[in-house]
Order: sequence, then C-alpha cells, then structure tokens
Amino acid sequence: MSENARYVVLLGVLALVTAGLFVLSLSIGPASAGLGASLSALVTGDDGALTLVMREIRLPRAILGLMIGVTLGLSGAVLQGYLRNPLAEPGLLGVSASASLGAVLVIYTGLSVAFPLSLPLAALGGALVAVLLVRAMAGPGGTTLTIILAGIAVTAFAGAMTSLALNLSSNPFAALEIVFWMLGSLTDRSMTHLWLAGPFMLAGWIMLASLARPLDLLTLGEAAARSMGVNMRRVQWLAVGGVAASVGAATAVAGSIGFIGLVVPHILRPLVGSLPSRLLPASALGGAAVLLAADVAVRVLAPGRDLKLGVLTAIVGAPFFLWLVWRTRRQML
Amino acid sequence: MTMLEVSDLRAALGGKPVLNGVSASIGAGEFVGLIGPNGAGKSTFLRAVLGLVPADGQVLVMGKDAATLDAKTQARCVSYLPQEREIAWPITVERLVALGRAPYLPPFAGRSGRDAEAVRQAMRRMDVAAFAQRPATELSGGEKARVLIARALAQDAPLMLADEPTAGLDPEHQITLMRVFSELAGEGGSVVACLHDLGLAARWCSRVILLHDGRVLADGSPAEVLTVERLRKVYNIEARIEQSAEGLLVQPLDLAART
Repeated sequence: MSENARYVVLLGVLALVTAGLFVLSLSIGPASAGLGASLSALVTGDDGALTLVMREIRLPRAILGLMIGVTLGLSGAVLQGYLRNPLAEPGLLGVSASASLGAVLVIYTGLSVAFPLSLPLAALGGALVAVLLVRAMAGPGGTTLTIILAGIAVTAFAGAMTSLALNLSSNPFAALEIVFWMLGSLTDRSMTHLWLAGPFMLAGWIMLASLARPLDLLTLGEAAARSMGVNMRRVQWLAVGGVAASVGAATAVAGSIGFIGLVVPHILRPLVGSLPSRLLPASALGGAAVLLAADVAVRVLAPGRDLKLGVLTAIVGAPFFLWLVWRTRRQML
Repeated sequence: MTMLEVSDLRAALGGKPVLNGVSASIGAGEFVGLIGPNGAGKSTFLRAVLGLVPADGQVLVMGKDAATLDAKTQARCVSYLPQEREIAWPITVERLVALGRAPYLPPFAGRSGRDAEAVRQAMRRMDVAAFAQRPATELSGGEKARVLIARALAQDAPLMLADEPTAGLDPEHQITLMRVFSELAGEGGSVVACLHDLGLAARWCSRVILLHDGRVLADGSPAEVLTVERLRKVYNIEARIEQSAEGLLVQPLDLAART
C-alpha cells in the first residue's frame, strides 16, 4: 500500500472511531434509555423528557467533547511543529493557566454565582491576557526560544495567582469549587457554553490549519524556511493566536485537560510519515477520539461519582507518556 | 545580465559590526567562491542578501530591490543552503527534497508533474536517489548534507547561495558538488558559495571574492585573488600556488612565520 493510501485509510479509521465514540457519548447518562430510543428522541423531538435530556444535556456535552478534543490534538500538533519539539503541548504558552486563573477569580469573588456566564467569559479574558503578554515579551523578532520562556513565565505567574486565590479564600465552598473546576470536566455543560466557546474554537482551527505548509518547511529550520518564502512573523501570529483562541475557549468551558495535546500527536507522528502538515488533521481527529473516549469512561467507570475528565486523562496519560520516554530512550541507545 | 547587485552592505550582530560596506555585482553564469577567515563576514553576507539579518545598503536581485520583493517571488529567484543542517522530523528523503518546490505551489494544491521532475533531477544530481524512501534523520552527516543540497537544487532558482556546502562531504561528493555548481553556472545561473577549501575554490570557481573584517579585500579570477602574499597576510599561512595543466592548484603548507 502506498504512503498516500495508508494516510487516507488512517484518516478514515480515525474519523469512524470518532463518529462511533460521539454516538456512544450521546447514549450514556443517568437517564437510562436505549441507544435507539435516545437517538430517535434527539432527532424527532417527540419524546418530551428524553428529548430535553438529549438536546439540552447530552448533545452539548458530546459536541463540546468533540470540539475540545480537536482543539487539543490540533494545537498540540501545531505547537510541536512550530517549536520543532515533540514535548510541546497546548498549555505551553500559558494560555490554559491564565484561562484557569480568570475562571478562578470569578469563582473566588462569587461573581459566578450571580452571573454564571461570567466564568467562561473571564477565562477567555485570561487567555487573551496571556497571549498578549507572551507576544509582547517575545518581541517582534521573537524566536521560538523566547516564546517558550515567555510561556513558562506566564504559566508560573498564573499558577501562583491561582494558589493565592485558594490560599486567601475564606469560603471553603468557593475553594472546593475552584479545585473541582480546575480538574477539568464536561458535566452539565449547556448549549450556551457551546455557543460561547464554539466560534472561538472554530476561528482558532482555521488559523492553525493554515499553517500546514509553513510547518513542513520549518522542518529544515527557520533560516531555510524563510528562504523558501515563509513569513515567520505571520506564522508566529497564527500559531500563538490560534492556540490562544481555541485552547482558551476550550479551557473556558471545560477547565484544563492535560496530556491529550501532548500524547496524541506523539503517537500519530510515525503513522503519517512524520510530515507536520499530515499530522494536523490526523491529530485533530485523534484528539477528538481520545477526549470522547475519556468522557465516556468517566461516566461508565464511576457513574454518579462525577469522576473528573482531567483527572482521568492525567492518570492514563502520564504513565503512557513515561512509556513513550522509555521507548525513545531505548531507540537512542 | 546582473543576477545580484549589492552596494555598500552593512550589518552588525549584537552591536558588533560584521559587514563594513560590501559591494559586489554578480552576473549570470558566474560561480563565485566567497572565501575569508572565520569571522570575516561570509555567512552574514549571504544572510543579509536574503534579508535574514537586518542590514543597511541596497540589494538588487535580478534587477529588483530585494527589500520590496515578496517572499515567494524572492524564493523563486534565490535558493539558500544554510550552514546549520537542521532536520527536525524523520521525513523521507524524497519528501524533504520536495520541500524545495514550496515557492511554486499554489495554495491548497498538490505537486505537479513539473515539480516531480525537478525533485527527481535534484536527487539524481546529488546522488541521493538510492535512499529516497529512507528517513533523512537516519543518514550519515555527509549524506544528509547532500540531501539538503538537493533540496536547494529542487528550488530551481537562478541564483543559489550556499553556506559551506562542501563541509562533511567526501572527496567524490565534494567534486560532484563543484561540478553541479559549474553546470548551474553553465546553464546561465549563478552560484555564490562560502568555501574554506582554497584548493576547491581555485580549481572550480570562475571568480573568487576574499572577505576580511567585513570588507572585500580582493575580487577577481582565482589566479588574481589567491596569491602567496595575500594568503600569508589574511590567513597567516604559507601556501604553494601553482598554475598547472589541470588548472590553478593551491595547497596550504604551514603557518606563516611570525614577523
């Protein structure tokens, strides 16, 4: 089988798996109903209570799961290609940490109780501040190294401010809510969350997807890429802006969900011949499949206990990453 | 036709002046060897011509001001082989060489038959077709260098700037490369290559430019530029220079005696 045919088959398989997991996600929940009954209630809308459950609870959850998975997989693949570093991940630019900080401040001040939508809005604001800071610190001729360092600094500061909010929180319920929110979850998200975060994620995807060819050329380093017509300033703006918009919006509705953006591009890279442009669609689909699977798993493994999505991805993702490191080390010896 | 016209090019790196007013005019059909000791400004000259480092002065590429040329048009006129041989991902040799066709691809379109032919020809010229399907990162240093040169050749630009292209190549492939550059010049293109091997420069280049402390110290045919006194002064070496039936032979012998 030629390399092109293998690539098409891979994308087809990933798309099928993602579609299957999407349907599975729709069919799982505390309201017990058969797969056929719940899907027909969703589409036809003639089964009062079940239709409401499907349309207002499960559908936004499944769509958000799909979109956040695509966001994490795509932005992880773009950042690894842009920085030419297989350890880059969507949280690297400080976007996730700052979005979390925005959300935490709203919970801390009690604003989220009075006005629930203030939480995702503040998180988006946090992501915006992070990207402006990283851009400003990296400067006009920003190299990838200054971007990484600026991202680390922003992440550390946002983390410190989040700890401060927890530290000073006089209300134990608020503190508990902050901790729970930070663990990352898709429980009880509504269509409103989807309308709020969806456009930002879509805009971010378009920016990131336009980087396919420049990322291929960056394989040979910045000087060679520039000599072949790549505008590095534009690439930097699209990469940082696209990650901020999509990951910021994803964090705003679901909290921070780790390891998917790091591990998924890593696993798929050898399967697409390591070409960055081919990794982008594969990693987007792979991210969606993994996130939907994890969101199904938290509901199947511990029904009624509200196991957090971010906890599960970290529990599975960290040992898996360790295995990847071990395998890489063995190859290097 | 003048391929490259540089006047009074000045550049500084980290506040330290590296180019102090370099002017040169390079015509079609010339294979220019850019020589000079370490730190003379050879690499910075190439980078400044490409706009990769900020520089003052004027650069005309095929008669057009490089400062106003858009990046893709420039990439079709000038190809560049950087000194750093970075290959970030284990992509196949064929894919890597095909990256050189990027300036010709319309957005969202694949490669055409002409692109495929240019890639094939570049791989054949640099003798890398045998490992076309192997990951480029698994090759030896010299093989990698040849693959990267093939990438620059696939760009099919009339002017090629190469920074130490012969470093790490065995004698066979050094000479192969010199022949390829001579062929490019013979076909009406121009090549400017930074070289440390004075023997290769003397034997193959049609013209040699000697840079020293960011200035052009000598510019002309190899026989005019490469003299025993000049090599002693600039490189601090003694060399044997001989006009033979095979062409100009330059053999560095020893360090010059300190006076």
